[in-house]
Amino acid sequence: MSTVRLSNPHAEPVEELDVKKTTCYMCACRCGIRVHLRNGEVRYIDGNPDHPLNQGVICAKGASGIMKQQSPARLTQPLIRRPGTERGAGEFDEISWEEVFALLAERLKKLRETDPKKFALFTGRDQMQALTGMFAKQFGTPNYAAHGGFCSVNMAAGMIYTIGGSFWEFGGPDLERSKLFIMIGTAEDHHSNPMKVALSKFKRNGGRFVSINPVRTGYSAIADEWVPIKPGTDGALLLALCHEIIAKGLYDREFLARYTNAGQLVIQDPDADEFGLFAMDPEGDPVNPDYPHNKYWWDRLTDKLVPTHTPGADPRLRGSYALPDGTPVKPAFQLLLDRLKSYTPEWAEGICGVPADTIRRLAHEMGVTARDQKIHLPISWTDSWGVEHDHVTGNPVSFHAMRGLAAHSNGFHTIRALAILMSLLGTIDRPGGFRHKAPFPRAIPPIAKPPRGPHAVKPNSPLDGMPLGFPADPADLCVDDDGRPVRIDKGFSWEYPLSAHGLMHNVITNAWRGDPYPIDTLLIFMANMAWNSTMNTSEVRQMLNDKGEDGEYRIPFIVVCDAFQSEMTGFADLILPDTTYLERHDVMSILDRPISEFDGPVDSVRIPVVEPKGQCKPFQEVLIELGSRLGLPAFVRPDGTRKFRDYPDFIVNYETEPGSGIGFLAGWRGVDGQKAIRGEPNPKQWEMYAKNNCVFHYVLPASYQYMRNWNKGYMEWAQRVRMRRDADPILIHLYSDVMQRFRLAAQGKRPGRRPPPELRERVEKYFDPLPFYYPPLESQSTDTTRYPLNAVTQRPMAMYHSWDSQNAWLRQIHAHNYLHVNPATARAAGIGDGDWMWAESPWGKVRCMCRYSEAVEAGTVWTWNAIGKASNAWNLGPMANEARKGFLLNHLISEELPMQGSARRMSNSDPVTGQAAWYDVRVRIYRAGDDEPKESWPQFEPMKTLPGVTKTRPGVLKYFVGNWKKRS
Amino acid sequence: MTQLALVIDLNVCVGCQACVTSCKSWNTSGTAGSLADLNPYDEDPTGTFFNRVQTFEVGSYPNTETVHFPKSCLHCEDPPCVPVCPTGASYKRAEDGIVLVDYDKCIGCKYCSWACPYGVRELDPERKEMTKCTLCVDRIYNEALPERDRKPACVLACPTSARIFGDVHDPDSVASKAIRERGGYQLMPEWGTEPSNHYLPRRKTEMTIRPDEIVRTDNPLKVDGLKPMPDASTPALDDAASW
Amino acid sequence: MNPAFSVILLTTLTGAGQGLFLALFGSELAHALKLSAPMPGHDFYVLGALISLALSGAGLVASFFHLGRPERAWRSAAMWRTSWLSREVIVLPAFMATTALYALSHAMSWPITLATGAIGAALALALFVCTGMIYACLKFLQEWASPLTVINYLVLGCASGLTLASAYAALSAAELMTMMTSLAIALTVLGLATRSASLLRNARLRPRSSLQTAIGVHHPRIAQRSQGLMGGSFNTREFFHHRTLQFLRSVKWTFLLLAFVLPVLLLAAGAMTASPPLLWLAFAVQYVGLLAERWYFFAQANHPQNLYYQTIS
Ligand SMILES: Nc1nc2c(c(=O)[nH]1)N[C@H]1C(S)=C(S)[C@@H](COP(=O)(O)OP(=O)(O)OC[C@H]3O[C@@H](n4cnc5c(=O)[nH]c(N)nc54)[C@H](O)[C@@H]3O)O[C@H]1N2
Ligand SMILES: Nc1nc2c(c(=O)[nH]1)N[C@H]1C(S)=C(S)[C@@H](COP(=O)(O)OP(=O)(O)OC[C@H]3O[C@@H](n4cnc5c(=O)[nH]c(N)nc54)[C@H](O)[C@@H]3O)O[C@H]1N2
Ligand code: SF4
Ligand code: SF4
Ligand code: SF4
Ligand code: SF4
Ligand code: SF4
Ligand SMILES: [Mo]
Repeated sequence: MSTVRLSNPHAEPVEELDVKKTTCYMCACRCGIRVHLRNGEVRYIDGNPDHPLNQGVICAKGASGIMKQQSPARLTQPLIRRPGTERGAGEFDEISWEEVFALLAERLKKLRETDPKKFALFTGRDQMQALTGMFAKQFGTPNYAAHGGFCSVNMAAGMIYTIGGSFWEFGGPDLERSKLFIMIGTAEDHHSNPMKVALSKFKRNGGRFVSINPVRTGYSAIADEWVPIKPGTDGALLLALCHEIIAKGLYDREFLARYTNAGQLVIQDPDADEFGLFAMDPEGDPVNPDYPHNKYWWDRLTDKLVPTHTPGADPRLRGSYALPDGTPVKPAFQLLLDRLKSYTPEWAEGICGVPADTIRRLAHEMGVTARDQKIHLPISWTDSWGVEHDHVTGNPVSFHAMRGLAAHSNGFHTIRALAILMSLLGTIDRPGGFRHKAPFPRAIPPIAKPPRGPHAVKPNSPLDGMPLGFPADPADLCVDDDGRPVRIDKGFSWEYPLSAHGLMHNVITNAWRGDPYPIDTLLIFMANMAWNSTMNTSEVRQMLNDKGEDGEYRIPFIVVCDAFQSEMTGFADLILPDTTYLERHDVMSILDRPISEFDGPVDSVRIPVVEPKGQCKPFQEVLIELGSRLGLPAFVRPDGTRKFRDYPDFIVNYETEPGSGIGFLAGWRGVDGQKAIRGEPNPKQWEMYAKNNCVFHYVLPASYQYMRNWNKGYMEWAQRVRMRRDADPILIHLYSDVMQRFRLAAQGKRPGRRPPPELRERVEKYFDPLPFYYPPLESQSTDTTRYPLNAVTQRPMAMYHSWDSQNAWLRQIHAHNYLHVNPATARAAGIGDGDWMWAESPWGKVRCMCRYSEAVEAGTVWTWNAIGKASNAWNLGPMANEARKGFLLNHLISEELPMQGSARRMSNSDPVTGQAAWYDVRVRIYRAGDDEPKESWPQFEPMKTLPGVTKTRPGVLKYFVGNWKKRS
Repeated sequence: MTQLALVIDLNVCVGCQACVTSCKSWNTSGTAGSLADLNPYDEDPTGTFFNRVQTFEVGSYPNTETVHFPKSCLHCEDPPCVPVCPTGASYKRAEDGIVLVDYDKCIGCKYCSWACPYGVRELDPERKEMTKCTLCVDRIYNEALPERDRKPACVLACPTSARIFGDVHDPDSVASKAIRERGGYQLMPEWGTEPSNHYLPRRKTEMTIRPDEIVRTDNPLKVDGLKPMPDASTPALDDAASW
Repeated sequence: MNPAFSVILLTTLTGAGQGLFLALFGSELAHALKLSAPMPGHDFYVLGALISLALSGAGLVASFFHLGRPERAWRSAAMWRTSWLSREVIVLPAFMATTALYALSHAMSWPITLATGAIGAALALALFVCTGMIYACLKFLQEWASPLTVINYLVLGCASGLTLASAYAALSAAELMTMMTSLAIALTVLGLATRSASLLRNARLRPRSSLQTAIGVHHPRIAQRSQGLMGGSFNTREFFHHRTLQFLRSVKWTFLLLAFVLPVLLLAAGAMTASPPLLWLAFAVQYVGLLAERWYFFAQANHPQNLYYQTIS
């Protein structure tokens, strides 16, 4: 009876629910989830308590997964632009998958037979780069990259080139044991749920949490101290912290001496070809020819030159010395000291706005905590030089940083400065500090190398080299004999030599301009390049539709694989409807960036829990099918017949090389499923994952869990399971001879490749072997009195990029966005709280609404990222808040900057890595006129609803699932 | 007598809204559902949610605190929303103090919502019945669920475990301890509603380092010969006195 | 609060109906007590009671529009022990039934008119108390939580009822007109006094709740940055009128003029010139004034829950 319904807790027969486990993909965090189904429909999604990553918790997005399945924007049919209609006009016809495959196979086959680089494959926030990258390599095109270049490559490269690992998916702060935690420029990040879990435990344990960020939201809200900073100036702050820590003797000398290159001697003869490189001991054992170790120390005990890491020796970190042949040398640490000399707290205060006293105090807090609150774990281990240690030491100061550092054109050096600060404090892969996650640490730089020039691209053959990699030397650049780029995005060229993740943000502009060459087919997977992941959005949208003088489209054929009617689908010639994460098989592969924990490798899978909608097909299956039809070697047998039935079959049976025992998944390998990491294919692998919460967690013995850069046991294990090729130690690069090699090339020293003349100065300047501070490139070329403010975006915790405006629950939390302005700044511009206003950069302007906030640095304005939408995109109604009141900051950001002293335009990116400099843009603000429409600007022609996408949007949604006592 | 409630720790809540949508997700298809959404894909979308997370700014720049503040029905000990209800649809359970609405009795007069000072009741726009947080009464006793899961959806969802669920009348419960030890407080105490849900305030960890703590005997600067010394050019007694 | 027309109509219509009934019964009683000589015929009472009944009936109908689930309205009598709303739900039909019986007994010339009238009058008064208490008992709606709320419901209902009675009497029982208009004027003046008293009281109220007590942070400067939802919700629609203070102020002066000042003038003029149209006009003006008064009554009440719903972002 009704009276007792709510009094009766057993009213709902939850035992009738079918609970299936899989992996969330409402964002890239990849939590384990339980999907509760009633009669095949999703009734509820919660966190899987048995999953190591999220331990049962979930986030706002993950819990709204149901509404993704309900989205009115779902694509359901492959679509082709109606012949005779213009691209962008939104006229499409339905076609069958068979037609799609026939059409694509024919077109791509021709390209592969003639010029494979005319096919470009770029992917957004996906998690299957192992497969897409492999497809590109097999196809033979260098024109492949994922979102990393516009995302956080500075963070990856800056740290990997220094400590062999990074934050992000590669490593993180050990908050369980940390005492002091400094978070820099992070709003939400990839490790969303684990970070929150750890942060709250950390705070409850009495840890001290400092946030350095121009804005105080989310995590920063619960910081014990908020240090507001001017965007783009963290380099100055970090260098000053290093300065103070050294000045007060708060560095971990023992750690620096043994585990970094601090004591190794650098050649100081300015005329030598080898100037600034490490002095090499010709008699010494290189150990690893690719990463030779035969360097020198100046032993302070005997006051003599000795081979590095001579047992019983202790290197001098200061001073200048001479080799027996008279060559002047200095320990790397001395060079760092020289560099830091002028970087005083007072100097930094003038740049970053953080008071010098605060900088000193923070330095003291870090140094004293690291020194006086040491952790000693009774874990014995052996270092790479054979010394046995009966305990592991930890200096419990940890850091986490993300795009607040990365997304600036000076980010690489800023991040190097951070990695050096962490190393000075002795906190690398130690308890309470930073810890690696498998398969990291990698060699510095990692072994993978991009193709070394045009010869790597040959018709009908796989690419010679990986499409992406980590150059160690100018010889590794992907340039032709004249030093010109081979890749469409100019990655790995002299313009952005260490662009380890490519430069996706320049692909459309370059292809449109035909610079360095025109392409034929552009395949975009899971990226909204016509909207939020492009800079200069309005113009890029025009480029996508633009025709050349011959009347042909400048980008002849655009294929978009998406699950929803995004802005990007409007610009496609061919649309491939993807499944959602609840509808497909997927792997979080060890070959990509898995979800490893500090204590060992972890990978995971998705297993479909509901049927695909309409004609939706997983992109994974599309790639396997295309690979088979094109006869790409990895997908066919020697006789040309198809090797893999489908994607699940591919995952189980694919090996990197025949018999290598290495595949996409590390768990339950070997014929009987008993092997880990490496082993023969196991036909029951999927079942094993399904039985085990869709996750495989390999826990290393305690003695392999720390000091991994120099941990003999760990290295040998990693080598044995082929997680690493080599087992030699990875010394921290306080001083980067890799950088110096590029600088020497620019200076015309050493034989080998040289940057083209117009880039010499640039390469010489930015390839500094030690971090230095320079204002972001955009500030250097902008009149900062006219554009006095910095404009940045942040991730809202309850939205994933542009994905979630089609989510009925999430969009109630963020229906549109405001520009948040410090009240003092807004008042000075005559703008009231809630007023319509303009924000204008040298490149464009937007009309938006102002929201006062006391939690933003006075010279900064900010908004939530990607809330604003184009009219009718995502099948939202024409008056939807997202389009009428929301706005996209990207209109203010240029994808290119004029190159100083030249008519040329270069990517608006970090000159070292090509990282998109999203957060460099400078703006001015003013009130919108009272006569102006109360609507955001720019507005776009409403998108047409695509065939197969529902035409009727519900006015009311009463989500109630299954036939259990359905309420009205 | 039992009084179940939530204790919300503002010291760790990062405002992620997981509790908001988890609540919606659990409840819309459950005993308290459906919870309608109007204009779900058009202008000004709006809908029934039992739990909202708000944000406040305390203080002025640069001394600003950002406070994320989750709020659902507080299950008052003396709930003003109950006696005013003309139908008896709103009631407080004797056995565990949960304040509930029996939807089948509710006439949608909204009077109870007027009588709640906290703005946590919502009239479902489709069902025209008053709804609110049920403290997941359909989970917490549900023996078909594993023991671990017999907690409110929002509590299980919360990544920072900022939501502590328990009996605030049992002095030994985690919830009571948290209130006692962490200075748990009630909202709008001026109205005597005695909310059962409590909030734990922000707590700051500060560090004080005295100057003498900075330089130690084992200072590496000694080894590296860098121990700060005044350089020879700075004046000394020798420059001014002759004995 | 966000004034709901259904409730405004309910309280103003039944209020006038109750007042009219009290006027009818009062005149009968005065006659019975020999306080006033003339007593019009039964028809006057029958039609008068039916008008009163029609008014409260219309109010009742209006009230249904306030309910989300009118088909369950019958349930609302259940909680009379604790709920003033429940009590109102019981008293209103009782009053209407009594009014009907009063009309019937007059029509039939049954000798129970006085007794029925007395019961009806008691119910009318009880109904005023119930209606007033529905609002007055909500202690944190400080504008309402005062005896003045009950008094105003009573006095304003009676004033409008008597103004109506005046006009009605002018048409069909001229002998009662002077008495009725005098009383109407007196009650309207009294209403002006009691309503002004509540306006003055409310103007001096200091809200007991603040953002500080709402979230339990005792810093002098707190501002909401986000209410957690953007497109509005029940809580942003139900408890706030979304009008400017200026608009509110003009409604206040309008109702003071329409509900009190003009009616008094019209009543006096109507009585002096014995002009039914003027008296009807007085009633019409006063009724419109009371609609505005009631709108203002709701709009002015500042619900503490609004502290939680101030800013979107
Ligand atoms: N919920 C949710 N989670 C996400 C995403 C999402 O869209 N939604 N996106 C995912 C993706 S792809 C990525 S790359 C990560 C990014 O994760 P984050 O790096 O956390 O993301 P952003 O929001 O870009 O954060 C940048 C932060 O840096 C600050 N900032 C900007 N400039 C500076 C500066 O110069 N110095 C300092 N110190 N701070 C600065 C900004 O105020 C902001 O707080 O998040 C991932 N996680
Ligand atoms: N102004 C500004 N711009 C930024 C940033 C910033 O901080 N500020 N951040 C940058 C960063 S770090 C990143 S990573 C990018 C992100 O940029 P993108 O990766 O381009 O953006 P998303 O919005 O994640 O959308 C990708 C597309 O994937 C689609 N999609 C979602 N699920 C699926 C699926 O299951 N299958 C398929 N095939 N498609 C799917 C969505 O519908 C959407 O069209 O944005 C960048 N842009
Ligand atoms: S953090 Fe990402 S993966 Fe984890 S539950 Fe949320 S949306 Fe899903
Ligand atoms: S918070 Fe409001 S709805 Fe909940 S019990 Fe208290 S008064 Fe009632
Ligand atoms: S809305 Fe429903 S629960 Fe609330 S007072 Fe009216 S009948 Fe009771
Ligand atoms: S206890 Fe249950 S109903 Fe209440 S807010 Fe949490 S999830 Fe929602
Ligand atoms: S889930 Fe927890 S941390 Fe997130 S908003 Fe809710 S209470 Fe705060
Ligand atoms: Mo990203």
